Amino acid sequence: MPFEKPSVVPGRETQGAVSTEIRDIEADAARRVRQGGAPELHPRRDYPPYRSTVLRHPTHALVRVDPEEVERVSPAFGHTDVNELESDLTIQHGGEPLGERMTVSGRVLDGEGRPVRHQLVELWQANAGGRYVHKRDQHPAPLDPNFTGVGRVITGDNGEYKFTTVKPGAYPWKNHVNAWRPAHIHFSLFGNAFTQRLVTQMYFPGDPLFALDPIYQSIADPAARARLVGTYDHDVSVSQWSLGYRWDIVLTGPGATWMEGEDAHD
Amino acid sequence: MTDQLPADTRVPANGTLATKTFVQTPSQTIGPFYGYALPYDRGPELVPGHHPQAIRLHGTVTDGAGEPVIDALLEIWQADAEGAISRELGSLDRDGFTFTGFGRAATTMAGHYTFTTVKPGPVAGHAPYVLVTVFARGLTRHLFTRVYFAADAELLAIDTVLAQVPADRRATLISVQDGPASYRFDIPLQGEGETVFLDFDA
Repeated sequence: MPFEKPSVVPGRETQGAVSTEIRDIEADAARRVRQGGAPELHPRRDYPPYRSTVLRHPTHALVRVDPEEVERVSPAFGHTDVNELESDLTIQHGGEPLGERMTVSGRVLDGEGRPVRHQLVELWQANAGGRYVHKRDQHPAPLDPNFTGVGRVITGDNGEYKFTTVKPGAYPWKNHVNAWRPAHIHFSLFGNAFTQRLVTQMYFPGDPLFALDPIYQSIADPAARARLVGTYDHDVSVSQWSLGYRWDIVLTGPGATWMEGEDAHD
Repeated sequence: MTDQLPADTRVPANGTLATKTFVQTPSQTIGPFYGYALPYDRGPELVPGHHPQAIRLHGTVTDGAGEPVIDALLEIWQADAEGAISRELGSLDRDGFTFTGFGRAATTMAGHYTFTTVKPGPVAGHAPYVLVTVFARGLTRHLFTRVYFAADAELLAIDTVLAQVPADRRATLISVQDGPASYRFDIPLQGEGETVFLDFDA
């Protein structure tokens, strides 16, 4: 493999130091809500516990403008773009992937609860051992020759989607010493308007790593980040076959939270 | 729960269901490992390079230290050369002829991106632009910006969005022509010459 310069300089802080920063920011967010501010619906762009934000967040306030016609529509995707089989991540190779087979299903809705129909959902994830099929992921967990971890689907008439996959493992990263990401699946979503574009991550209930993870915690409001946690749904589980999780996704566009303009120069 | 509701159910005025169910799902960073998942064959080619109106739209994404961002993903979405917005399928499986208006490109090891597209025409008489969405590790939420073209000087002068941007930062939204059919649009995420990023009051 050709030499590639590392994209991340490993952090030296302890988990304890990072956890203190996380708690301080959460306390600041809670204080703002007590003082009458709206809860923060999205992560902070400048969130120092997640070290990579430090040099990558804009320092100027975003300029608020009305969307024009281009932003008020989205590209059209359909079944000529995505094969139905792409929603099953367990059939992409000669054999079955290792891990806990599961389905993830839900609906993509807009802010009024209307389904986002016939739009593209993309998903990617680590394998059951916590390893991505990506050349920059070189941590010593095994690749699974029967699992790539990429899927796509077009939502149905009710905004519904469904993926069959295996549960991803937690994995280490270099944000600080002994940093671990809770198990998660990356989702990419298109709405009816380009302003609704969303890339996010779905998590699994009860993960002990939640409190320690600066990416999950970059959403300072506990109720907001809980929206990223799927629900175990026994009605979605299939006897002798797979466990079922349900996760609905709401796309209302990027309307700024109140704190962004104010804090942009901090 | 929501799947038991009729498809067109609207929010009950004060219901807990509404507050619980229809609040925006938060964003999370795209992370460093999207590279085997999101880029796709001919993703950056809205038109093939030999298209008679093809232009190159390219630039470098840099961070606050001026270092190239080698793991950014950019998407563009735009009208065609006549100012029409495509409703055609086929963005992900290009046939080489249909203009769908959407493209996706990952930055290289030099932080550089390149799209092949057409210069958009004006939509509803407004200054034409290419909408750009930037995703990257370290961006907890994507950023929107617009690429305008200096050749449209008359429309730029009356553009309501540019008018809202402080005059000394306006140039960050206007591409620089660096060849007969090539336009450069660098994206400094932070610091010197920081790109103006837009928040659509949706």
